[in-house]
Parts: sequence; structure tokens; C-alpha cells
Amino acid sequence: MSKVRVLVGTRKGAFILTSNEKRKRWSVSGPHFAGWELYHLKGSPVDPNRIYASQSSGWFGQIMQRSDDGGQTWTAVSNKFDYVGDPGTHQWFDGSQRPWAFKRVWRVEPSLTEADTVYAGIEDAALFKSVDAGQTWQELPGLRAVKGHLWQPGAGGMCLHTIVQDPLNPQRMFVAISAAGAFRTDDGGATWRPINIGLNSGNELPDAAAEVGHCVHNIALHPTRPDVLFMQKHWDVMRSDNAGDTWHEVSGNLPSDFGFPIAVHAHEPETVYVVPIKSDSEHFPPEGKLRVYRSRAGGNEWEALTDGLPQKDCYVNVLRSAMTVDKLDPCGIYFGTTGGQVYASSNAGDKWSAIVRDLPPVLSVEVQLLP
Amino acid sequence: MIRVTLPHHLRTLAGTTGEVALDVAEPVTHGAVLDALEARYPMLRGTIRDQTSGERRAFIRFFACGQDLSHEPHDSALPEPVAAGAQPYRIVGAMAGG
Repeated sequence: MSKVRVLVGTRKGAFILTSNEKRKRWSVSGPHFAGWELYHLKGSPVDPNRIYASQSSGWFGQIMQRSDDGGQTWTAVSNKFDYVGDPGTHQWFDGSQRPWAFKRVWRVEPSLTEADTVYAGIEDAALFKSVDAGQTWQELPGLRAVKGHLWQPGAGGMCLHTIVQDPLNPQRMFVAISAAGAFRTDDGGATWRPINIGLNSGNELPDAAAEVGHCVHNIALHPTRPDVLFMQKHWDVMRSDNAGDTWHEVSGNLPSDFGFPIAVHAHEPETVYVVPIKSDSEHFPPEGKLRVYRSRAGGNEWEALTDGLPQKDCYVNVLRSAMTVDKLDPCGIYFGTTGGQVYASSNAGDKWSAIVRDLPPVLSVEVQLLP
Repeated sequence: MIRVTLPHHLRTLAGTTGEVALDVAEPVTHGAVLDALEARYPMLRGTIRDQTSGERRAFIRFFACGQDLSHEPHDSALPEPVAAGAQPYRIVGAMAGG
């Protein structure tokens, strides 16, 4: 019987939740790195017991941790993220230019094929790669060359928060940055192009269809069909059928198309999940009802999933890295809230229950299946 | 022997309890103490001062002998009681909520 391991990053430490494949009874380990912010933890698909974690603090800065035993013990690896050359300036909130400076790591993305290779998405936005399991980090500076001076911070900072590898093409990768947009490489990270045609940011940008500057919140794909991308933008849920060359809106009947995470069912490439949030100025569910919305049609037609979720007086948020799916059948869906709950569904979203409900605010949720 | 005290989170990160004792060649300066500390505990690199510029992190303070030494130059000598091991060099997380 498989074991399920959920990695939860919070404002005050990391927690590891484990269950068998029935996903009914869970044990909770933690807090690991108590008192620190854990923006993201993720295990290697090649070696699930190798887990990378981003640990940070307003006082002490950034620490990177690696576990080789499934999170039982940890080793601090390199936290030195030096931009290549003079990174210059980017746009600030007020439209002025401000020097690029490293602040923290938002995302760790282990390679799909190499256990020692891992990517890190940082603030101020850039992509780094390690080929020695985190002992050293090298920037992929071609990304910042794509009009980096026009990128600007979102409310959370100017962060590279989404890294999606194409499982069928090792040279192709997608990243998303707030607020710069989505970008794609087709040569292993050496050069990048913006993939923002079709995004409409008329509320946020002077040019609604600008080449860069969009506040993309999250991107997801199904591994068997990596040319089809789903995006939760600041406002709007979007879809691309050509690897990001163009996008079209699929918000359809959602009660709000603002939100942060987006996920794709593990076995149904046209089944997509979002968590609508009322607005950019009111980061909580519409009407105080926590609802995951599922589309079985690849967007546009959405159904509310509410069974087991609070349907009154609920004012939590679900952050961009805080929703994921497992590969069991039926597919499991997991998400964490800023109220400290981690909800799980072991039947593709039809029914939910809280694995744990009183953690610090949840920043990220990832899941692993273990033999 | 130079005595150094660390804030809770850095003690945990370094895997130490209580004070840290460091051999530091004379002259005993702020920079020399931090160099010795980071050599002994590499996981502390970047948590007290920037790894490239050497600049103190904004929410870190250096106290000793009842004085705030946070703004002293990197190469300035520490007070004699610290250099003699009679008083600790205190690395402190700034009071900033949390």
C-alpha cells in the first residue's frame, strides 16, 4: 500500500502530514524549523526522500535546507544567490526604477529527471539552478533579459513563484512572475520569451495587453498534455492550447475570477480546480463561503465543491502554492488556508475534510506518493 | 577566547546551546569575530551579514559591555573585556515584533 506524504510550509515552520492511500487518518509531524517562514518545500520526483525547503526570516534572511531521508533530518545547503553581472533596476510600485536585490526564495522545483538538479525562483525575480543538490546556485540570466526593467512587484513582492517543467520536452520550461507575466524557454533556460498574448490587465496596466508586466498568479498543466496550460491570473482564469503562445479566458460562470492557485486533475487533463477569492482588495472567499470550483470541460463551465468546507463566516485565503493533487485513483486534492487549515479530498473534490486545522497560516502544500 | 551569544533561531540553526567560544587572532575586530563564527558554523553565512557586501542585516544588532556596537566599522576593535573573554559579544535579533 502506498504512503501519502503532504509537505506544508507555513508562516512559522513546516509540517509533514502522512497517511496511507486511503487518506482517512493522518499523522502530523512538526513544526520543523519552528518560528521560520517556509515559503515552499518539495520532494524530488526521482528520489522522493530528497526534499528541498526554503526557510526564511525577516531577521536572518534566507536559508536553504535539504533532506535525504524524507524530512527526518535536514542539512543547510547554500543560500548564496548572486545575480549574474549587474542586475540593474526594475520598476517600483510608483513607476520609478529601483535596484534589483535578492530577498528570498519563493519556490523550489526539483528536476523531473535528475535528483541533484533543482531550480529556485527568487525575489527579486530571477531563476536559479543547482546541479549539485543545492551546494551551489547559478542564475539563468536570460530570463531577466526579457525586459526586466519593466517588471514590477505585486503586493507580495517581485517574485518568481511558479516553475513548471515540460515532462515531454526537457528543454522547455515555464515560469511565472508577479508582476511580469509568464515566460517560456525552449533551450533549457538559456533564452526566454514572454508568453502573455491574450492576457488582459486593463485594471492594473496602462497597456492592457502589454508584452510584460502582468500579474500571473499560478500556472498548471497535465503531464501528458504539456501544451495545454491553465493560468490563474490576478483577475481571470486563462487557458492556452499552444504552450502559452496565446491565451483565452475560461472564467465562465465563476463567482469571481480572482484567485491564487490552480491545479489539474492527475488523470483527467480537462478537469481543473480553482479557489475563487472575492477581489484583489478583499482576499477572502465570496460570501464567506469556501468553495473550490471544478471544471470538467477545461474551463468556462464550473461547479462549486462545498461538501465538508465551511459555507458561512469563512474569510481565509488560499495562496498560490497552497493547492496540489496526488496521483492516486481517485485523485486526491489538497489545499491549505491562511487560517491554518489543510483540507483534503480523496475523491477528486466531491467531499472534503480538514487533515489539520490549527496550523500557522499556510504558504504552500505539496504531496508525494511513496512506495 | 572570544565569547559570542547568538539569538535563539541562530543557535538552533547552528546546532549549539549557550555561548559559542571562538579563537580569534588579534586585533579582535567585529569582522574577525564574524569571520571566525562563520568559519565554525557555515550555515550562519548570510544570516548575520550579507555574504557579498558584508553589510549587517537590518534586523541584527551587536551589543557588548552595555553598549550598542551595531554601527561600528567592520574593522574596529572590540572592547577590551570582550577581547579578553570577560564579556560576551552579543548578536541580537532586533526588537521588531514577531
